[in-house]
Amino acid sequence: MKFEENAAKALLQNLGLLVPEGAVVTSPSAAADAAAALGGRCMVKAQAPIGKRGRAGGIRPAESAEEARGAAEAILGMEINGYRIDRLLVEQQVPIAAELYAAVLSDAASCRPVVLFSTMGGVDVEETAAADPDAVRRILVDIRTGLTDTQASDALAGLDLCGQTREVIARFLVDLYDAYRALDADLLEINPLALTEDGQVIVLDCKYVLDDSSINRQAEIAAQGSSDSMTTLEAAAASMGIKYMALEGNVGVLANGAGLTMATMDAIAHFGGAPANFLEIGGEAYTKAETALSILLKNHDIRSLLISFCGAFARTDVMARGVVSAWKKFNPEIPVFFTVHGTGEKEAIELIRRELGRQPFDSMDDAVRAAVSAANGAAA
Amino acid sequence: MILRKEHRILVQGVTGKQGTFWTDAMIKYGAQVVGGVSPRKAGANHLGKPVYASAVDAAKAQHFDVALMFIPPIMAKAAAIDACEAGAELLICLTEHVPLHDALEMHAAAKASNTRIIGPNTAGLVTPGETFAGILPAFNATVFRPGNVGVISRSGSLGTLLSLILSQNGLGQSAFYGIGGDSIIGTTTREALEIMDRDVRTEAVVICGEIGGTAEEDAAEYAASMGKPVVAFVAGRASPPGKKMGHAGAIVSRGKGSYLSKRRALEAAGIDVADVPSDIPKLLPAYLKNAA
Repeated sequence: MKFEENAAKALLQNLGLLVPEGAVVTSPSAAADAAAALGGRCMVKAQAPIGKRGRAGGIRPAESAEEARGAAEAILGMEINGYRIDRLLVEQQVPIAAELYAAVLSDAASCRPVVLFSTMGGVDVEETAAADPDAVRRILVDIRTGLTDTQASDALAGLDLCGQTREVIARFLVDLYDAYRALDADLLEINPLALTEDGQVIVLDCKYVLDDSSINRQAEIAAQGSSDSMTTLEAAAASMGIKYMALEGNVGVLANGAGLTMATMDAIAHFGGAPANFLEIGGEAYTKAETALSILLKNHDIRSLLISFCGAFARTDVMARGVVSAWKKFNPEIPVFFTVHGTGEKEAIELIRRELGRQPFDSMDDAVRAAVSAANGAAA
Repeated sequence: MILRKEHRILVQGVTGKQGTFWTDAMIKYGAQVVGGVSPRKAGANHLGKPVYASAVDAAKAQHFDVALMFIPPIMAKAAAIDACEAGAELLICLTEHVPLHDALEMHAAAKASNTRIIGPNTAGLVTPGETFAGILPAFNATVFRPGNVGVISRSGSLGTLLSLILSQNGLGQSAFYGIGGDSIIGTTTREALEIMDRDVRTEAVVICGEIGGTAEEDAAEYAASMGKPVVAFVAGRASPPGKKMGHAGAIVSRGKGSYLSKRRALEAAGIDVADVPSDIPKLLPAYLKNAA
C-alpha cells in the first residue's frame, strides 16, 4: 500500500525524524493562508502516491503567500501519471547545504533488510549506482539485532563527510531503519534527504510502501494510506476477497492461481486475442468461483469466456460447482470454453458435461484458440 | 536437497482442515509423515500419527528432516522459528500473505540453524513415484509421473500445468520444486537450479518463471554454466506494468522484472524460452523421452 508524501511524513515525524513544517490544503486560498503562516516563503507540492511529481510541474517554490496561491492554482486539477491532483502540501523551505539519499528495503539475495545511502540526492539511486557503484553504500542488517550506530557509521567511511555530519547521518540511518521496522515497510525511501546549513538532516521527500501482508496488523497506519485507484467492479471484487483487474480485451478469463492466470492471458494474446481481465481464485479463494463469475459477467465487453483450471491446492471440482451454480443463476449468453486439470478433475469434468453440456478441452491451447476465435467472430 | 522417500516429515498445523486433507494424501502417496504439531491437541493421534505441542517437542521424541507448515500468516513466524530451533533441515512454508518482516525474521532464524526454507507461498515439492510435501496433485498420474525432467516453478498452478504438459508428451519429472510466489523467498530459482544440477536423476530442467524481481535473470548465468539443458517459460507477457498480478512478487516496477528483461537474459544465456507452456516439450531434447 502506497502513501502520499504528507501521510508518510506525518508517520516519520511521530517516530522522531525531522520533516519540514507544513500543512495539507485543497484550495488556492488555503494554500496562501498556509504560506502566510510559514512566513510566505514555501514549497507547494502536489500530493499523489507517486514519484517524479517535480518533473511534471507539480512541485513549485513560492516566495510569498500570493505566489503560493498562484502555484496552487496551477497545480490543482493537474493530472500526473493518471492521478488528478486535488491536494497540496504547503511546506517551509529548508536551507539546503547538500541533497542526500537514504532508503531501507529488503534484499532478495540475502533475505535481509538493506539500508542504502548516497551523497547524491535528488536523482534516481539506480543511476547513481550505475555511474559509480561505490557511491551507493549498502548495509545488510541482521533483523534480529537491528542496525547499530557503529555499523551505520562504518558504512559511511570514505564518503566526503566531516566527522560530525557522518555521526548525524549514521544516527539518522538507524532512526530510518527503526521506522522501517515500526511501519512494516516494504520500502522507505528518502530522496532527497536534506543536509541543512546548520548540520541537521531533514526529510524533504519520501516514499513509503506498507507491506500488503501487514495491512491487517497495521490497521491504524493503513487508514492513512492511499487505496489503489480501482474501477467500481475492481473494488467490488476486492471487497469480496477476489483479485480482479479490468483489461482492454474481450476474452474473459477465470483461472486459479496467479501464475496460471497470467499464463492463460499470455496464451490468449499469443493466439491473436486480447484478455478482458485478470481474475484469479487461487489460494483460499478457490471456493468463490460463483462470486468471481458474477463480477466477470458484469463486464459487457466480454465476447467469450475462457475457464482455465489447473488444480493443486484449489480443487477443480469445488471451482466447477461454483461455475455451474453461477451459470444457472445468470444464464449468460456468451460462449464459454473450459480446460480443467489437476486436483478433482474427474468430478469437475463430469459436472461440466452433465450440468452445462460442455466438454472441457484436453489442451489449454485448444481451449484458448476456441475462445479467441469465438470472441473475434463476435466482434467482426 | 531433492525430497526423497526416506525423508521424515513433520506437519505443523496437521489437525486443521487443509492440514488433514493434504497430510492424508501425502501418507497415501508414500510420504514418511512421522507426526504433526498442534498445540491444543498435543498427545493425541491424528491420521495414525502422534501430535506434539511444538516442533521442538517433536524433535525430542523422534527424528525428522522436513517441517511442512499449514499455518495461518500471523502465526507463521513463530512456527517457522520453532521448526528451525527443532533442527529441521528443510522447512516448507506454504503460507501465503506472511508479513514481509516476519518472513525476514524466519529467514534469519533459518540461516542461524542451517535450515533451508522453501517459500513462503509455495505449493511444495513433489518427487513423482516417491514422495511429496505440500498442496500439489502428486497422486494424479496424468499430471505427475516419474521421469528425468526437473521443474522449478514460482507458481503452484502453473507448475502443475507445466508438469501436466510434460506428462502428456511422454516426459516425466525427476523433481518438482515449487519455490513460492513471494518477493523474498528462502530458495531462489538459481539455488533450485543448483540443486537440480547436482541431482543425478535430473537430465534437464524447466524453469517456470513469472514477471517481477530478478530471479530468472540471476538464474540465467548459472544455467549457462550447466551441462544439462535448461528451458523456460515466463508468465506475464500480457500483464500490464505497475500492477501486482496476484503474487506478492509478480510486479514490474522501476523498470525491473519485465517479461522482456527476463526473456533477454535467459536467451543470452542460451536458454530457449517458450511462447506458450505447450511449447516446452518441443524445446527439450528428444532423447529425454526415450529415457523416461
